Amino acid sequence: MSFSGLLIPGLLLFVGLWGLAHRVDVYAALLQGASEGLRVLLRIFPALVALLSAVSMLRASGAMDALAALCAPALARVGIPPELVPLMLVRPLSGSGALGVAGELISAHGPESYVGRVAAVMLGSTETTFYTVAVYFGAAGIRKTRFAIPAALTADAVGFLTAAATVRLFFGT
Amino acid sequence: MAMTVLWCCMVGVSVLFGALGGTLDTVSAAALSGAASAVTLCLSMAGVICLWTGVMEVMERSGLAGKLARLFRPLLRRLLPRASRDEETLSAVSANVSANLLGLGNAATPLGLKAAARMAKNSGGVASDELCLLVVLNTASIQLVPATVASLRAAAGCGTPFDILPAVWLTSLLALAAGLGMAALLRRLPCFREGRP
Repeated sequence: MSFSGLLIPGLLLFVGLWGLAHRVDVYAALLQGASEGLRVLLRIFPALVALLSAVSMLRASGAMDALAALCAPALARVGIPPELVPLMLVRPLSGSGALGVAGELISAHGPESYVGRVAAVMLGSTETTFYTVAVYFGAAGIRKTRFAIPAALTADAVGFLTAAATVRLFFGT
Repeated sequence: MAMTVLWCCMVGVSVLFGALGGTLDTVSAAALSGAASAVTLCLSMAGVICLWTGVMEVMERSGLAGKLARLFRPLLRRLLPRASRDEETLSAVSANVSANLLGLGNAATPLGLKAAARMAKNSGGVASDELCLLVVLNTASIQLVPATVASLRAAAGCGTPFDILPAVWLTSLLALAAGLGMAALLRRLPCFREGRP
């Protein structure tokens, strides 16, 4: 019995019992939430179409390999597979776009490959930095953002670096 | 706008490489099959995503997020001492952090924005140290169960889509620490000082 095998059933049970104990109509809430999931899918679908077709074109034209070869020497030093360059470019700009790029990488290389795993960890441990900064400072009426953007981008860069390192740590290459 | 530039560059470079390498036929086929694969990807992710948004709705209605928020108050009081003097800001920030942790993005953003607006009062359009920290906190992804990523892996035929969780947690924590550390460093530099016009 693995940890991740226990996690999801355990979480479902816990949330169900917790809801029951707090007199929530668990089943009705579950259904309503699930129908909201459809709206989420509808929202990410256009970006998936745009990015999956663009990334497929990049791959088919050989440009992806050229880009990877170009960045390989620098990235090899820090252990990041060069195939992940497009993901690292899109990630801070667009959440659904990054989902599309990561989806293409994961299906092209396989979910249990090194590249597929690092793509998943990168996607799961970083945020759409520029979007978040724009929304927060926009709402607060801030024009001088000072050190927020460099600090947030540092977090992204360290996230990308450690994504590769932690995947090697837990799964090897 | 940035995505426009990026998308156009991707397509432009592909066409250029296709034309130079004589692979334009393959590129054209890839554009269409890539678009078509968005449908299969979306459909095969749908189950996990909908199950998860269902679970999140139960968490939200049963007040799990509120419970978690109380745990974060002492920590946030230390991170944002000035903003925490205002009770309403502190409760908005802690609710924001706990909603982020549970993956309730739709609930997290309005709470965070409310806190940001309160913290920016009388600031004259210049971000305070603590407001910058709040933004860094929100641009680092701290999520207990990254369900979207797992659904993406499940869609690709992975039997254990959640086995990356420990790696994701460790990575997010280190990224967040790096962001906060860099913020602590940069705020001391003359060019980022608060009083600078």
